[in-house]
Amino acid sequence: MSQSDQRQGKAEPESFEDPGLPYHRPRLADKDPKAAKRAERQVAAMFGISILGTIIALWAYFGLDQSATDTASIMQMNTAIGIGVMLGLFGIGFGAIHWAKTLMRDHDMVEERHELRSSDEARAGAIQNLKDGVEDSGIGATPEGVGRRGLLKGSLITAVLLAPLALLVPQIGNMGGNWDVNALRHTMWKKGTRLARDPEGTLIKASDVTIGSAFHVIPEGLNELEHGKLEEKAKAIVLMVRLDPRDLNLQPGREDWSFDGIIAFSKVCTHVGCPVALYEQQTHHLLCPCHQSTFDVANGAKVIFGPARRPLPQLPIAVDDEGYIIAQSDFDEPVGPSYWDRLKTPGSSPSAEAVGN
Amino acid sequence: MGTKIDHAAAGTANYLDERTSIGGFVKFFARKIFPDHWSFMLGEVALYSFVVLLISGVFLTAYFVPSMTPVTYDGSFASMRGVEMSEAFRSTLQTSFDIPGGLLLRQIHHWAALLFTASILVHMARIFFTGAFRKPREINWLVGFTLMIMSLAAGFTGYSLPDDVLSGNGLRIIDGILKSIPIIGAYISFWLFGGEFPGEILIPRMFTAHILIVPGLILGLIALHLFLVFLHKHTQYPGGGRTHKNVVGLPLFPVYTAKAGGFFFVVFGVIAFMAAFFTINPVWNYGPYDPSPVSAGTQPDWYILFIDGALRLMPGELFGIPSEWFVGGYTISWNLLVPGVIMPALLFGFMALYPWFEAWATGDRGEKHVLDRPRNAPVRTGIGVGVITFYLVMVLESMNDIMAMLFQLSLNDITLSLRVAIFVAPVVAFMVTKRLCLGLQRKDRELVLHGNETGRIVRHENGEYIEVHKPLDEQARWIRVSYDDIAPSVVAPQFNDRGVQRKGHKWDKFKHLLSRFYYEDRVSPVTPAELEDAKHHH
Repeated sequence: MSQSDQRQGKAEPESFEDPGLPYHRPRLADKDPKAAKRAERQVAAMFGISILGTIIALWAYFGLDQSATDTASIMQMNTAIGIGVMLGLFGIGFGAIHWAKTLMRDHDMVEERHELRSSDEARAGAIQNLKDGVEDSGIGATPEGVGRRGLLKGSLITAVLLAPLALLVPQIGNMGGNWDVNALRHTMWKKGTRLARDPEGTLIKASDVTIGSAFHVIPEGLNELEHGKLEEKAKAIVLMVRLDPRDLNLQPGREDWSFDGIIAFSKVCTHVGCPVALYEQQTHHLLCPCHQSTFDVANGAKVIFGPARRPLPQLPIAVDDEGYIIAQSDFDEPVGPSYWDRLKTPGSSPSAEAVGN
Repeated sequence: MGTKIDHAAAGTANYLDERTSIGGFVKFFARKIFPDHWSFMLGEVALYSFVVLLISGVFLTAYFVPSMTPVTYDGSFASMRGVEMSEAFRSTLQTSFDIPGGLLLRQIHHWAALLFTASILVHMARIFFTGAFRKPREINWLVGFTLMIMSLAAGFTGYSLPDDVLSGNGLRIIDGILKSIPIIGAYISFWLFGGEFPGEILIPRMFTAHILIVPGLILGLIALHLFLVFLHKHTQYPGGGRTHKNVVGLPLFPVYTAKAGGFFFVVFGVIAFMAAFFTINPVWNYGPYDPSPVSAGTQPDWYILFIDGALRLMPGELFGIPSEWFVGGYTISWNLLVPGVIMPALLFGFMALYPWFEAWATGDRGEKHVLDRPRNAPVRTGIGVGVITFYLVMVLESMNDIMAMLFQLSLNDITLSLRVAIFVAPVVAFMVTKRLCLGLQRKDRELVLHGNETGRIVRHENGEYIEVHKPLDEQARWIRVSYDDIAPSVVAPQFNDRGVQRKGHKWDKFKHLLSRFYYEDRVSPVTPAELEDAKHHH
C-alpha cells in the first residue's frame, strides 16, 4: 500500500471500475415529433431520387442514339446510363441509412458472450462417440492395447493417396502441350533469313539504315506463318541500329557479326522478357520500359543499369548480294529470361557459356 | 387489408417453419447485436464489391469470347479495323462499342475489382492494428488472408482476359518469373501456357479460373468467414460497459438490415459513379497483344504494383556480385527469384502466421473481444507500419518512370535511393511508430492524471497562479485506463535442482525473447492510487 493511500486512510482498488454504458443522448427525432416527420420526408425524398435515377437510366438507353459508335457517343451513353444507375442506387442506400440513423433505435443493447470452448460434458461425449465409432470400425486398439487391422489402415491410406494420380497424371500431362522446352533455344532466324520491318514485313537494305536510326525487326516470312506466329514473334523480335563504326566497340569473337556499324540485338529482355523497345540515340542505350534494365548497344548490349544481368543476345548479320540485310545464323544462346538449364542441353554452344559467365 | 397481409405472412411463415424449423434461426439471428464503428464497414465494402463483381461479371460473360483464335477486326471502332487480333480482344471491343451500356458494365466490373482488392487490404490492416486477430479469431484471420490471395488471383486472371498489349506484357512477366523457378520453371511455364508463350490456350484456361474456380473459392470462403463472424460475435472497441464477455450494440433487424443493406447500395452507387465518369483500362487505345510493341509508363493494376516494383528494385549486379548464378552449368536467377518468388512468400507467410507470433509473445490464453487502440500495442502497431512501409517502397519503385517524368528526376537515382530505402525505411518506420505510440500512451496518462487544460488562470490568495485543469469524465478515463498491461514473460530456470535441463527450455527462451521485444518498453495505465496521488500534488 502506497503512502498516499495511507494518507487517505482507505485502500484504492488495483484498477479502475468499468463505469458501465454511457448515457444515451436522445436524438432530435426522438424528442420532437416534427423532427421525426421531417426525417421521414427526407427518407421518402431519397427513395424518390432513386426512382428518378432508374427513369434516367432507361431514358438514356432508349432515348440516346444506340447506333452511334464513335467514341464520344459511346462515352455519352456510358455516362448517361451510369448517372441513372448511380442515382438509382444512392437513393435507396442513403435513404435506408438515413432512416436507420434518424428513426430506428439507436439505444445500445447488450448481449452476453459465451466461451467458445464446449463444456467438459460435451467434450467427453464427443470423445466417447469417436471411441465408439473406432471400436465399431474394428480399427482401434483392443482392450488389451494391441493395435488391430493395421493392414486395413495402411492400405486404405496408401490407396487414397495414390488414387488422384490416376486422374491427375494424364490430365496435367496433357496441359503442357508437347513439353518441348528445347523450343526455347531456337528462333526463326537461320542463315540467310532477311531482316524485315516490324510489323509491315518489308525488307531492309543496308543503304536504308542511316547512322543513328533504329529499326524494329522481324524475320522475313513471320507474317505469313499460318500457325504459331505469336510464339515465333515473341522470340524472334530484334532491334537493329546503326552507329558510327568508330563508336561501336566490337566484342571479341563477334568482329564480323555487324556490318559497317549496323548491329542487331534480340529485343527480348534478359530479365523477364519484356520488349526492350526504347532506344536512346545519343547515348546508344536501350531501355526496357517494364523494369528499366538498360543495355549499352555500343558495348555488346551489356547491362549498365537495372535488374537484368545478362547482355542481350546479338543476332549476327551480313548483307547479301542484293544489298538486303540477312542473318548469318540463329542467336547463339536462348533469348529472353533465364531458366534452370538454359546453358545445359545439347546444342548449346561454348560461346553461350562464355557469354553467360 | 392489413389483416389479410398479416394472415398471409403468418401462413407462409408457418408453412416454412413446419418444413425447415426456420423459426429457431430467425429467433437466433433477428436481434443479434452488432457494435457500431465506421471501421467495421471496411469488410462490408469488400463483400459488397464482390457482389457487384458477380452481378456485372455474369453480364460480361454474355458477350466475352474466351478465345485466342486470330481474327481480323471489322467492327464499328474505326481505328482498329483491319487489325489482326484475338477473338477475346475483338469481343472486348464489341462489348465496349457495339452494346449500349456495355462499356459501363466493363468499367463497373473493373472499378469494383480495384475496390475489392483495396478494401480487403484496408480491412486487413484494421483487423491487424486493433488486434482483432487474437484468440478466438486466428482461424478467421487465415480465412481472410486466403481471401486476400484469392482476390489477387481473381484480379490478375480478369485483367489478362481482354488480351491487350498491357495485359499480354503482364503475362509475359509472369512467364519470366515462372521460368526462374529452379529445375521445373520452364515446365511450369509450359504447363500454364500449354506450350510456348503465349500459345493459344491460356485465355480459355484463365477464363475458367476467373469465372468459376476463383469466384467459387471466394464465395465458399466468404461463407466460412461470415459464419465465423456470427459464431464469435463481433469485436468491439473499448468503452464503458464493453467487456470481453459481452457485445454492446444494435440489433441486426432492423438497424443493421437498414444500415448494411443501404450501405450495399451506396457502395454499388460509388462504383457506378466511377464507371460513369472515369475511364478505366481503355484497351482500344492499347491495341491487341503483340509481343513486340510496348510503351513507356506501363503499370499493372494497383494490387500487382508491389511485385512489379520489387522486380525493378533488385539489381542485376550489386557491388560486383551478380544476382544470376551459374552453378554446375545451371542457372539460378536471384534477380527474379528474390523479388518474384521469395519476397512474396516471406511477406505473405509472415502475414498469415502473425497471430501466432504475437500469441507466443503474450502467452495470453484468454478470448479477446475488446479491441486494442493501436497505441496500446506499440510494437504491433510499429510492425504493421513497418510492413506497410516496405510495401509502399515497392509500390513507389513500380512508378519510378512516372515519378522521374513528373518531378524531372533521374530514374536511376530514384531506383538507387529506393534500394536503400527498402531496407532502411521499414526499420525507421517501426521505431518511429513505436515511439509515437508510447508517446500517445504517456499523453493518455497525463490526461487521466491531470485532466484537460481549460485555459482559465486563477490567482490564489497567496499570489500563486495556477491553470485550472478539468478532470476527464469517467467514460473518457475508462477508455484510457482499461487496456491490458502486459509485462515481458519470465523464463523458468534452465536446470532443475538436480541439474537436469528442463524440457522445452529453448522454446521458452525464444518466447521470452519475443516477449521482451514486444513488452520491454511499455507505459502502464494509470491506477486509481496514482490518480489519487496526483490530486494531492495540486
